[in-house]
Amino acid sequence: MADSILEMRGISKGYPGVQALSGVNLSVRRGEIHGLMGENGAGKSTLIKILAGAITPDEGMIRFDGTEVSALDPRRAMELGIGVIYQELNLVPNMTVADNIYLGVPVGRGPWRNPKTANAKAARLLQSLGIDVDPTAQVSELTIAYQQMVEIAKAVSKNVKLLVMDEPTAPLSSHEVARLFALIERLRADNISIIYISHRMEEIFKLTERVTVLRDGRFIATLDSATTSRSELIRSMVGRELNETYPEGCHAQDAIILEARNISGNRFIDVSFALRKGEILGIGGLVGAGRTEVARALFGADPLHSGEIAVNGRTFRITSPVDGLRAGIALVPEDRKHQGLHLSMSVGDNISLASLKALSRGGWISLDKEAERSALRISELRIKTPTAEQIAGTLSGGNQQKVVIAKWLETKPQILIMDEPTRGIDVGAKQEIYVLMKALAAQGYSIIMISSDMPELLGVSDRILVMRRGRISGELSKSEASQERVLDLAAH
Amino acid sequence: MKNFNRLASRYGMAIVLVGLIVFFSLASEFFLTQQNLTNVLRQVAMLGIASVGMTLVVLTGGIDLSVGSTIALVGVVTALCMSSLGLDMYTAALLGIVTGAVVGAINGLAVTVFAIPALIATLGTLTAVRGFAFILTDGIPIFGFPPEFSYLGRGMIGPIPVPVLTMFVVFVIGWVILNRLEFGRYLYAIGGNREAARLSGISVGITLMITYVLAGIFSGVAGVIMLSRLNSAQPNVANAFEMDVITAVVLGGVSIAGGEGRFTGVIFGVFIIGVLSNGMVLLNVQDYWQLVVKGGVLMAAVGLDQYYTRVGRRAASKKQSDAMISAPQSVP
Repeated sequence: MADSILEMRGISKGYPGVQALSGVNLSVRRGEIHGLMGENGAGKSTLIKILAGAITPDEGMIRFDGTEVSALDPRRAMELGIGVIYQELNLVPNMTVADNIYLGVPVGRGPWRNPKTANAKAARLLQSLGIDVDPTAQVSELTIAYQQMVEIAKAVSKNVKLLVMDEPTAPLSSHEVARLFALIERLRADNISIIYISHRMEEIFKLTERVTVLRDGRFIATLDSATTSRSELIRSMVGRELNETYPEGCHAQDAIILEARNISGNRFIDVSFALRKGEILGIGGLVGAGRTEVARALFGADPLHSGEIAVNGRTFRITSPVDGLRAGIALVPEDRKHQGLHLSMSVGDNISLASLKALSRGGWISLDKEAERSALRISELRIKTPTAEQIAGTLSGGNQQKVVIAKWLETKPQILIMDEPTRGIDVGAKQEIYVLMKALAAQGYSIIMISSDMPELLGVSDRILVMRRGRISGELSKSEASQERVLDLAAH
Repeated sequence: MKNFNRLASRYGMAIVLVGLIVFFSLASEFFLTQQNLTNVLRQVAMLGIASVGMTLVVLTGGIDLSVGSTIALVGVVTALCMSSLGLDMYTAALLGIVTGAVVGAINGLAVTVFAIPALIATLGTLTAVRGFAFILTDGIPIFGFPPEFSYLGRGMIGPIPVPVLTMFVVFVIGWVILNRLEFGRYLYAIGGNREAARLSGISVGITLMITYVLAGIFSGVAGVIMLSRLNSAQPNVANAFEMDVITAVVLGGVSIAGGEGRFTGVIFGVFIIGVLSNGMVLLNVQDYWQLVVKGGVLMAAVGLDQYYTRVGRRAASKKQSDAMISAPQSVP
């Protein structure tokens, strides 16, 4: 144990209704690159937040650098030498590289900042790490890859001993990944330990010495990367308990309702697929694989660079949500609060918003018709709200999501695209959404569901497409689909 | 107490208005006379008309600082049409209002096509439009309109002054837009959440464009009435008038961030300002102190409103979570 920099034992953390972590162990050796893997919801981010001092565990022991640390807060974590590179970078865009690195650290004498000293110091630091960035450049002018490196340099400048990197390669091109790996190797040579979180197997095998796997908030195993096979690793990650039941039945008919032909756009290339009437088509893949981008382009929220979209055999030029609606496509976006719902508007106003044209004559809204439609949807979708006048923002997440779905059903779409339809919703409401989706499919609606929740993807979809790095990497029928196969197609 | 909070959050500005009326009625025997109340209405007519346009703009999350300058330019253009071009007063008034619409269109273009923040765009027109008013007049007031022109600003229809009647007509238009028209609903949607509005199939650019043009038209109407009342076109008229208009709209409970606010509230906001100014004159409050009181009332009213909205929201969300806890769970 003398050579370990970090020992976490029996870490537990619970929230009302969820046990995020129960009895998790993590041990990282000095100078080791240690992989941390697990599906969405496995508890990786909770563990990292505990390590960064952002949240306090209910139980468990943390030993860092030979001493036991009980109360870890963000400041203490930083002083101990724990640094975290989150996916969302923490840099001030309008300041220079040097100013960002030494933000909050006095450089110069007294209150006076000496830009020359800061720049020279930053230049030496960057050079020692092999990062070719001008310390006087503005951070906002750098690519994401370089911004990430600046953040790593900032951590190193604070004498970091353990650096946590959360999916650092997700936004990078393969060329940039190679540069990042070179930097990581250099940090290892300097005896800095690294916890490396990634969904990408190849990276885990290439970089790490050992890898710890979490599942459903539990510690599964710490494996030796050199002696573990890819399939062993996948097996330890999946096997997530399927303790929820999903409504039965496939309502897919033969008629093809939507066809995407070689569509390309922002972050996806050459995607083709067909959707049948009454079918629930699941799209799986890692976060950042281009699934949301495909959904947005189909609906017209983002522009399509090339390719064709046909609905009922007729080609549509879809360049705005108005076009999407005209083609009979509706999108329930992944970010409910910012894209789906008007939190400050009433439930009724939200439900009618996308279909006001049909409820109006010469611009005048028929309030009676509007109230009638909202009341119908509220009872049909069993939206729990005192009245239609209730402000939407005061409803629970599940009921908010039903309001969004009601809004889109009111546009009489043929195709409903649902991006992470149950994110942030409690278990009971999730079930209701699944039942609703099946009922809609039975009524002849076609549904495309993007989901990062593996049991949900397998349980609800009639057929599954898997995306990887902007392309479709495979298609699985209901009978072929398993957690292993989806993960295998998603991660590489 | 709970009931009081709910009443206060819903009818706050109405309560303030009634309170002011009661106070001034007790403090001055002249306040509650028909003559004086007509005066109050006459004094707020232009404010009321311009505040309708401002309400539309503020609901979308924007702002229009060019109101005062537009009123001046509209007056100048209308005056020149009559005195220099010899047009009849109706054509002249119409051209004046069209001028207001053009200023609004420029604001709209700047905000939508060029994506200039509304505060900056209309700060630009505030300055430039005032400049045009001076250029067209050489800085000298214009006189000499047909005598019947003064009817628009000073005439009466029965017991009601024409400007007051115009204000009520514009109020009805504003109320209809915001409570009955598809267009009005879109203003709330854009101000409340622009991206969600776009994804709901709303043409955000066109809607904003129309909104700024409407604001320009309402400023134009106010400008024509102002010209008729003064019976001379002065390029420096209505200076900083937009600040009064914004005050009325905000007093009326419209969120400066957009998306929230009822039109009836704005009517109360306008009348609060009218009653307050009138009452202080009746009580012989010194001009300088009047400014201090107006500023204080704005801050106090909005501060209280914010407070009661927060209290109201907390109560509502508590009720909701209680309901959720007691509701039967559909899954074991």
